[in-house]
Amino acid sequence: MARVTVGTVEHVARLARLSLTDGEKRLFARQLEEILAWAESLQALDTSGVPPMSHPQDARALREDEPRDSLPRESALGQAAEAGDGLFRVPRVIG
Amino acid sequence: MTSGLAGLTASEIRRRVAVREVSCEDVLREHLDRITAVEPMVDAFLFLSADRALDRARRLDATLADGGPAPPLAGVPVAIKDVLHVDGLPTTCGSRILEGYRPPFAATAVARLEARGAIVVGKTNMDEFAMGSSTENSAYRPTRNPWDRERVPGGSSGGSAAAVASRMVPLALGSDTGGSIRQPAAFCGLTGLKPTWGRVSRYGLVAFASSLDQVGPLARTVEDAALASSALFGPDPLDATSAGEPLPDFARALEGHAAGLRVGVPWDFLAEGVDAQTLVRFRESLAALESAGASVSGVALPHLPHAIATYYLVATAEASSNLARYDGVRYGRRAPGIHDLGGLYGETRDLGLGAEVKRRIILGTFALSSGYYDAYYLRAQKVRTLIRRDFGAAFSGCDVIATPTTPTPAFRLGEKTGDPLQMYLADIFTVPANLAGLPGLSLPCGLAHGLPVGLQLLARPFDEETLLRAGAAFQKETRHHELEPPL
Repeated sequence: MARVTVGTVEHVARLARLSLTDGEKRLFARQLEEILAWAESLQALDTSGVPPMSHPQDARALREDEPRDSLPRESALGQAAEAGDGLFRVPRVIG
Repeated sequence: MTSGLAGLTASEIRRRVAVREVSCEDVLREHLDRITAVEPMVDAFLFLSADRALDRARRLDATLADGGPAPPLAGVPVAIKDVLHVDGLPTTCGSRILEGYRPPFAATAVARLEARGAIVVGKTNMDEFAMGSSTENSAYRPTRNPWDRERVPGGSSGGSAAAVASRMVPLALGSDTGGSIRQPAAFCGLTGLKPTWGRVSRYGLVAFASSLDQVGPLARTVEDAALASSALFGPDPLDATSAGEPLPDFARALEGHAAGLRVGVPWDFLAEGVDAQTLVRFRESLAALESAGASVSGVALPHLPHAIATYYLVATAEASSNLARYDGVRYGRRAPGIHDLGGLYGETRDLGLGAEVKRRIILGTFALSSGYYDAYYLRAQKVRTLIRRDFGAAFSGCDVIATPTTPTPAFRLGEKTGDPLQMYLADIFTVPANLAGLPGLSLPCGLAHGLPVGLQLLARPFDEETLLRAGAAFQKETRHHELEPPL
């Protein structure tokens, strides 16, 4: 079974773009190990030949791909922490 | 008993408004008075919208005075869980990261209620991003159970449940990803319906786990739950997963004929961990269904013991993806003074998200990460198939499946906050319906230790008609839904 260390939590937190305190990392490592230990029962089940289920509906309704009105640009930008020139503003990405 | 208009059901309010016995404004004002009196004891609401509500009530009254027809929810005050967008009101989802957010569009479920004359009085408290079973994970404040204010109202739709139970509104909307309508309904003595996945549009519902989330009503009676459902159900061009299945015949369901109804009970699954008094109430409920003409027999659902583990892997994986959008760029709060993009994401999410949300993002990201995907996420998806197959087989021999909604009545505030796993295990009877995509109904079935507990009924996908029929039959046999908390 998966051993969850502070290093595991740090790796996963990087993937999820979460900055965690040292206290959170230790707490989550302990709690995740408990939760995963408990979820270990799934490993004993025979799932060979069983298809994965991603959502409850087998038949998906598709619609015609027709242009429609969408949210006006001002509304879409209206909730941003920083916007200008019709764009969202973020810190510099490329040095 | 709460006297006056604030004690009435939604159906009775609509009836009196339709015959012009009362005005929508009168109805609303009595509910606002009730809110003023009771809300300080319960903390069910995050925002109230009295002015907006009064404006809408008066406009509807003017239409009715001109002889216009009364729409099906005319004048019914409703509360909306703060996970659904209401035109002109904030949405926080119980999170600091959305503090101050004003959605530029309305949820279809809310728009459908308002188009039929319902009057939104406010947004209700919830566990942050609907992640919790007690409403203690709200970033703002806990909500109290009107039956015992030292106890939780359940969650994550705890504010909606407390608002209806304390007679501040007759009807509220919640959302249910793993029991978040049915469990608080049980803890507060209400009727709560989680419709089939796809039955109600999720447009304007803040996403938690998209393959599990569903919107539904919390009410005092099956009749009111059906009234709300008749407005909510149906396809929506804005949600491609909303289904065009035929709608239930609500009027026929409410006749409540249980003759010939076959009720299946997964006794093996109830053998352990259910509080003794809760189990007594459950057995009495089965007897009530039998005296209404139903037959009860055992069913096997062999994979249900794996439902919680499956649920917490699937739900957190989906949540870790859905919550990636809270990055401080397009909406929501942004951490100040950060000059690189990676730091902006990390600090924004650290400041804005609470402990349970972070814990679930970590678990879900772990389950999806390279090296662990097959063993956790993919395996959980396969076990989800096994659970759905169990239900398919069980429904060949019965029409509804009955369990207690929860293993115990409401727990104390703070009792489980230090132990996430114990909190998760309390969802044991509600998560299977979300995994399999089934409709589920929780009905008040009496008191255990002086607190309400619920009878849960599950039906085949899109067979809400049978569910409501069984529920109506149960409420003809019993008076549990008339009990009122001693506020």
